[in-house]
Amino acid sequence: MKVSITVNGKTHDGDVEPRTLLVHYIRETVGLTGTNVGCDTSSCGACTIHMNGEAVKSCTILAVQADGANLTTIEGLAKDGVMHPMQTAFMENHGLQCGYCTPGMVMAAVGLLNENPKPTEEEVRLGLEGNLCRCTGYHNIVKSVLAAAGAK
Amino acid sequence: MIPAAFDYKRASSAAEAISLISQYGSDAKFLAGGHSLLPLMKLRLAQPAMLIDIGRVKDLSYIKDAGNHIAIGALTRHMDVETSKVLHEHAPLLSHAAGHVGDSQVRHRGTIGGSIAHADPASDLPATTLALGATYVVQGPKGQREIAATKFYKGFLESDLAADEMLIEIRVPKMQGAGWSFQKFNRRAQDWAIVGVAAWRRKGEAGVALVNMGSTPILATSVASAIAKGASISDAAALASNEADPQSDLNASTDYRKHLASVLVRRALEAASK
Repeated sequence: MKVSITVNGKTHDGDVEPRTLLVHYIRETVGLTGTNVGCDTSSCGACTIHMNGEAVKSCTILAVQADGANLTTIEGLAKDGVMHPMQTAFMENHGLQCGYCTPGMVMAAVGLLNENPKPTEEEVRLGLEGNLCRCTGYHNIVKSVLAAAGAK
Repeated sequence: MIPAAFDYKRASSAAEAISLISQYGSDAKFLAGGHSLLPLMKLRLAQPAMLIDIGRVKDLSYIKDAGNHIAIGALTRHMDVETSKVLHEHAPLLSHAAGHVGDSQVRHRGTIGGSIAHADPASDLPATTLALGATYVVQGPKGQREIAATKFYKGFLESDLAADEMLIEIRVPKMQGAGWSFQKFNRRAQDWAIVGVAAWRRKGEAGVALVNMGSTPILATSVASAIAKGASISDAAALASNEADPQSDLNASTDYRKHLASVLVRRALEAASK
């Protein structure tokens, strides 16, 4: 099936099998491997990207459902070599340990601040309930998001 | 995990979706947000030969004040139910419960109609709309019909929807200022409820439904009639499992679920009575 999907500002036209998952399309067809596959069951959030500006789990969306959509992946956050404020906040607050959950965590956090620019700590914790960090590094992740919210 | 191969068609209207499903029959499934169906397909627990994508049927995403009830289009996403001002005012139990479905990423994709049509007893919105006395509007080749939520759920993941029918609207009576509470007991933030309770109360009147307490969402009619007869909240809550038949699984035994149901119904009724 023919699809046209814009990823980080660049439109990709191609033919996909209907069963192709969006995360596999992003990683294998577009070649952007920053988006990780974690649990593959829409629990862990490692595959979180933005679809038309909202955080979604790309392991539970078919590429054909994203036909015509505008996607942003972790690779699309930095502009001209300058990190997004959320990325800077994660770096400065030690918001990552092994790093596996980080792309999804950052995308979910950016999505959260788009919807709620000044969240409380509790709202950050609730807002990131769909993202698991198996290093259990939540404390500094929450700190990073709060720092990014303050920096805006 | 990649689903087994299937054919894919897109419908741009309810009528086109119904005509397609009539053509492909029971081998076909509707795909809305996909957040119930795709996980099942990845695990090969569902293997439809044809997916009919209704996610682009634009005119089925709405929340409207229709006088004595609120009409919600089947393709309205959980996030839109959660944040709807109309629902905050007239059916706050439903918008609150919608905010407890999965996590924010799931709520950006999943739809109220998808959740109800999937008829999972562990899902939040089937039980919540049941507690609220909702009516579901379905459309088939011969036109529309209304099904009371109390008559809709037939078994585990089974509903009164015929193979060629599509859920198009959920009608929720206005709560008229009734007190309400949604209790969800789970171990991880985003999980399904081990047991959940949706309840409302207006003086001697109450509606209580249970999540994950049997093969369908359960209307706890014994609790409601005890309240109507003037029973205390704790006496009424003790009857929570009268209509239920909860399973034992890795999360909880049958007895534990029954215990939880009584505790959560009591908490829900206390909160709804304030």
